[in-house]
Amino acid sequence: MAANPETTKTTITFSLDGHEIDAAGNETILEAAKRHGKEIPHLCYKEGLRADGNCRACVVEIEGERVLAPSCCRTPTENMQVSSQSERALKSQKMVLELLLSDMPEQGTSPYTKDSELDLWANKLDVASPRFPSRTQPKADTSHPAMAVNLDACIQCTRCVRACREEQMNDVIGYANRGKHSEIVFDIGDPMGASSCVACGECVQACPTGALMPAHNVGLEAIDKTVDSTCPYCGVGCLIKYHVKDNKIMYTEGRDGYTNHHRLCVKGRFGFNYIDNPLRLTTPLIRREGVAKSTELLDPDNINDVFREASWEEALDFAAHGLLSIRNNIGNNALAGLGSAKGSNEEAYLFQKLIRTGFGSNNVDHCTRLCHASSVVALLECLGSGAVSNPVSDVSDAEVIIIIGSNPTVNHPVGATFMKNASKQGTKIILIDPAKTDIAKYASYSLQFRPDTDVALLNAMMYTILDEQLQDDDYIHSHTENFEVMNDHIADYSPEKVAPICGIDAETIREVSRLYAKSKASMILWGMGISQHVHGTDNARCLISLALMTGQIGRPGTGLHPLRGQNNVQGASDVGLIPMVFPDYLPVSDPENRIKFEKLWQTPLSADVGLTTVEMIHEILHGNVHGMYVEGENPAMSDPNQNHARKAFAALNHLVVQDIFLTETAGFADVILPASAFYEKNGTFSNTDRRVQMGRQAVTPPGQAKQDLWIIQEIANRMGLNWNYQGPEDVFNEMRLAMDSIAGMTWDRLEREDSLTYPLQQEGDPGQPIIFTDGFPTTTGRGKFVPAPYTQADELPDEHFPFVFITGRQLEHWHTGSMTRHSETLNAIEPDPIASLHPEDLEKLGIEPGAIITLESKRGKLSAYARAEMGIQKGTIFMAFCYNEASANLLTNEALDPAAKIPEFKFCAIKAYAGSQIDTRIN
Amino acid sequence: MATIHIDADQIVKKKRKGRKGHSVDFSALSEIQGLLGNEPRRSDLLIEHLHKIQDRYHHISDKHLTALAHEMNLSTAEVFEVASFYHHFDVIKTGEQPPPPLTVRVCESVSCELADAKSLLSSLKKTLGEDVRVQPVPCVGRCHEAPIAVVGQNPISTATVEKTLTAIDTNQISAPIAEYITRKQYEQEGGYQTLQSCLDGQRDPEHIISLMENSGLRGLGGAGFPAGKKWRIVKGYTGPRMMAINIDEGEPGTFKDRHYLEQDPHRFLEGMLIAATIVDCAEIYIYLRDEYAGCREILTRELQNLKSNPPSASHQLPNIQLRRGAGAYICGEESAMIESLEGKRGMPRLRPPYLAEVGLFNRPTLEHNMETVYWVRDIIEKGPKWFSSHGRHDRKGLRSFSVSGRVQKPGVHLAPAGITIKELIEEYCGGMLPGQQFYGYFPGGASGGILPASLGDIPLDFDTLNQYGCFIGSAAIIVLSDQDSAKDCAINAMKFFEEESCGQCTPCRVGTSKAVGLMEQSQWNTELLEELSSVMCDASICGLGQAAPNPLRSIIKYFPDELTSS
Repeated sequence: MAANPETTKTTITFSLDGHEIDAAGNETILEAAKRHGKEIPHLCYKEGLRADGNCRACVVEIEGERVLAPSCCRTPTENMQVSSQSERALKSQKMVLELLLSDMPEQGTSPYTKDSELDLWANKLDVASPRFPSRTQPKADTSHPAMAVNLDACIQCTRCVRACREEQMNDVIGYANRGKHSEIVFDIGDPMGASSCVACGECVQACPTGALMPAHNVGLEAIDKTVDSTCPYCGVGCLIKYHVKDNKIMYTEGRDGYTNHHRLCVKGRFGFNYIDNPLRLTTPLIRREGVAKSTELLDPDNINDVFREASWEEALDFAAHGLLSIRNNIGNNALAGLGSAKGSNEEAYLFQKLIRTGFGSNNVDHCTRLCHASSVVALLECLGSGAVSNPVSDVSDAEVIIIIGSNPTVNHPVGATFMKNASKQGTKIILIDPAKTDIAKYASYSLQFRPDTDVALLNAMMYTILDEQLQDDDYIHSHTENFEVMNDHIADYSPEKVAPICGIDAETIREVSRLYAKSKASMILWGMGISQHVHGTDNARCLISLALMTGQIGRPGTGLHPLRGQNNVQGASDVGLIPMVFPDYLPVSDPENRIKFEKLWQTPLSADVGLTTVEMIHEILHGNVHGMYVEGENPAMSDPNQNHARKAFAALNHLVVQDIFLTETAGFADVILPASAFYEKNGTFSNTDRRVQMGRQAVTPPGQAKQDLWIIQEIANRMGLNWNYQGPEDVFNEMRLAMDSIAGMTWDRLEREDSLTYPLQQEGDPGQPIIFTDGFPTTTGRGKFVPAPYTQADELPDEHFPFVFITGRQLEHWHTGSMTRHSETLNAIEPDPIASLHPEDLEKLGIEPGAIITLESKRGKLSAYARAEMGIQKGTIFMAFCYNEASANLLTNEALDPAAKIPEFKFCAIKAYAGSQIDTRIN
Repeated sequence: MATIHIDADQIVKKKRKGRKGHSVDFSALSEIQGLLGNEPRRSDLLIEHLHKIQDRYHHISDKHLTALAHEMNLSTAEVFEVASFYHHFDVIKTGEQPPPPLTVRVCESVSCELADAKSLLSSLKKTLGEDVRVQPVPCVGRCHEAPIAVVGQNPISTATVEKTLTAIDTNQISAPIAEYITRKQYEQEGGYQTLQSCLDGQRDPEHIISLMENSGLRGLGGAGFPAGKKWRIVKGYTGPRMMAINIDEGEPGTFKDRHYLEQDPHRFLEGMLIAATIVDCAEIYIYLRDEYAGCREILTRELQNLKSNPPSASHQLPNIQLRRGAGAYICGEESAMIESLEGKRGMPRLRPPYLAEVGLFNRPTLEHNMETVYWVRDIIEKGPKWFSSHGRHDRKGLRSFSVSGRVQKPGVHLAPAGITIKELIEEYCGGMLPGQQFYGYFPGGASGGILPASLGDIPLDFDTLNQYGCFIGSAAIIVLSDQDSAKDCAINAMKFFEEESCGQCTPCRVGTSKAVGLMEQSQWNTELLEELSSVMCDASICGLGQAAPNPLRSIIKYFPDELTSS
């Protein structure tokens, strides 16, 4: 597997077609030949996939052997005499190509791709006009919205099977039947669109003949250019090549990035077409005079009733004037800004700089507040840094990985492939989650514990470790502080005592604790199941204490990794798009930090910690916040207790929204500024591994839509800031002055290498994928134990509201759906709002799977289609929050974690019943 | 089984009830859990578990298949690709008609075709109608009693429509159990004492290995690899080692393993245990073809007997697993059998590495044909010279010839290695059938090629037939007479290979199919067929593809008249 190359240093020499060449380590004849510029035809072999040797196009003659050997599988030995050009070898190579060609459509070149490898080799070896009759051809399968299956061009090379099963480990494609009946199948020979296919498209990328291709024949288009960039979705940060024709992205290809090794998921590979949606905003819009704001969502069909078109000049003046007059008349604190984790580092940096220097407060936040705020608070408190300690790919070096409160196959699909690969190589996965998610199939342990009992369970694990003397005393002694409080603290949390609380038996708790503590390298990866609780910070504190007491940090394959949800949530936080810190997490309350930034920005700065996302909503309704600038965020969908939040947005005096669609939030705006999508601009993005990666413009924004950096600068200049950044490079160079962590990172090097990991303080440094190797960036240099007592959720189920409601995301839809639900392809795969329940709960409720279910909390209600899922814990109901016709956040509780101010998206009490009808979707 | 292809607009726009793909059906799941009981859910048991479903329900529904995948923590695709590989599993999707509970399998391989199996098949189909499924199947290992119809698991010898109907009407559908030498009888004749002496250390392992080497015993499954040498090689690798016994006797014309199993199973079992002792194998897996239901009963019984009453009081019996094939000739190929034992599709592995080093569950593995170990006790007790003293025409040893076709006394004949076909017919088979002239013969089953009567004086043994483009393989001799067409036999053989190709490599998967097409044409394109044959021989992964062209090439070489006369 490409992710874990085995390297041995020995080199041997062998003869290939009369030339002495060397082969290193496990290199095969084919690989050695390639490296020496010698071509041997091959079809079933593909770099990155296990060589299978089935097509036999690469057979060579080896002196002394009875039959020919597949050069893709054979490693040469010293002095081996190999001939790829002998009459005998060539005869077989050509016959194999001819046999395969005879079974192609019309016995000719592939009608589905310009790049058929069979056509390429047939051409090179002069194989034409097959002398054999053709096979009976299977029919086309066009059941999938994203991919076309034309097995009449299939050569049974099984590259798709290996891509699906061994690389992505999605296990949908099989090689069924036998002999001449052998065929590629999905599940039980189902149409692809009806199968369990997750549409990662790895099979399409693997197919050599076009039998599997992106739908609608886009693969046949003549491309104008390709652009090397990254992915706009999750925090994994896959590198992607975009194929562009007539200013339109036609299709994509996974690049060999450190984070993805050619792999992509359905969103990255097929989810780009939201930018071509006709609903894109292309003209600045100003709210018509006299049109009052209501708490209802605005349907784009009615946009002209509420808004009128304006010139950029007018719209920008209007936007800035509104902000200025509030600042000047009411005060700095009457304004707030929400920036975006989907924008670039440069945009986020400029946005927070605008709020701090132009608005004059620290009232700036973004959706990190709603995802990993509590993780970051705990990490800063205990370790002095909010960053991940090790990259995701380190799972391959781990003996044990704990995945807790994370559903990686859905939310970090490509990252999950490396976890699955690791499990295949022997790494033990301990999954701790109320739901038995897909990764459970690869887990040694799946602890389906009761929601909300994380702290109890994790304390019980620590109890076991101390009880059984499994802690790392040397590590505790040299690198930590405050350990002495832990013994007393955990005394109450014996596994036996905790078992009935969390629903996991004591022996299992002990077993996984031992496994984690004793392994040579254990790593913890977590997601929002940890962070989105009123005790989210406590949850994270427990994970940190676990790592500290066992010394499972600071080495390859160990550490703490909060998986970041958005492509640049790491970067947006790094550059200070949060109310309590300047760039590089320097607290605004510290005078030294203020001096630093006042000097850099040449303006006085507020010492007061600003408002967080949910606090802004409260302060609007309290009459303290009057104006907001929302850039690329959608709080009218993402904030908890939507009825409350929407009331607040409707109450704002002046709301500037900058986005690519009329989002649910934009409907409340006074002025809407049409902005650029990811693919329409340059900039850097920091992934979950702390890798700063170059995103490059592939197409231009539609109509009059403008790049975000330009818009922010225009607003800033209208507020008297006098900025003159020529582009992202200028901003990046200023960021290097503001942030020690990237001081050594140059724009040129990023352009060259695409991806660099910070800390990178001196130019030329390699960057540090693994940090905390020798202590922590705290004042004492030590990691601090912070005991966390078990507390419960803000709102517990009762007889009226008996179910626990858990929100999250689903594979095809991302965040509030502002992008993915505008993608024709993604929307075709998952078009409707879904509530997932355990089948037995559905049966008890008397609801047929697929029928309508209504969910109701004290705050709101919604109706969605019920889906039966065995992995969902009984008594819980799961929904993604991307559907405005059934907005999950109508139900959620806005109660906050006291330290991190993150709302409790992962737990509130609801009731469920059959029937009612689903609201109309606002597009 | 072809995939049903549906266009997107044909899919009914219903709200999905569960996850993408097939949802687990609770009642199907509890049925599967009931069938599997406390048995492990390990993936190597997949084929065993599929058998349980097929046996109980006479087919495998998509619901059961999905539930089994769930229960075994496998993907549905993994289960389906395995189930669909083996011909004895009938995967039935929702909406498809399951087969009737009873199936009559009519052998259509060479020996049975000579005995007019085609008419039997069509008559049975006509007579039995819809209530009983009549299936043409490849060789069932009873070629001396051709034609064969297997009613359920009950093989009908020299089958007729009448005999078959009687069996159906009287519900005789299980395999009769042969009268065999019981353990008691076997032990009365000194059985298991040699094993005991090996276990006790009275016999030095090194001595036994050199004794095996000196005996000249070679692998009798067909490859002829020297047995003693194999023991030494496997023992050279670090343990734990595995042993795998191949009784997937599927080469058309071959039935010697069944013959010995039905006569003297303990001689085989003792040989197997001696080999495992000497080579120090931790576990033994016996792979028995599904068609041998009678043998399965014998082995199940006798293995249970051994387990409950181990032959040695002082030593523990190694873990012995009896595994059931599921209708796939290719699983007789040693590495395909290993894959099948691991619960996978029987697709041969690429070598190197060889099984001796990386075999079953990636352990060093001693793999033997059943008959090879059957002779071990005799060789140790009677000395290596006893075995090598036999032989004719400068060849050494004994061969168990499975003879079928146009002779008076077909059957298994233990004869000296190196005997010629003419000697074999005259001395052992009672001559040709009355009124029939010796015309030609398959010297080694369907894959060993076809020789003409004019080459009836060459010694039959390993290595001696190579120069004629043939091999002896498992010593399955099918004798043709002047009534027969060698060309038809060659087409029959090629169709067999086309059906039985595992589908992995191009030369075999596509090559066998194209060859059948070309061979069925009235005029053979011999040049193209020869070119194709040489590539199949050179570039196929395993022996199936490499040997498949042998009969075809034999026709071109030895029976050119048949090509011109038609």
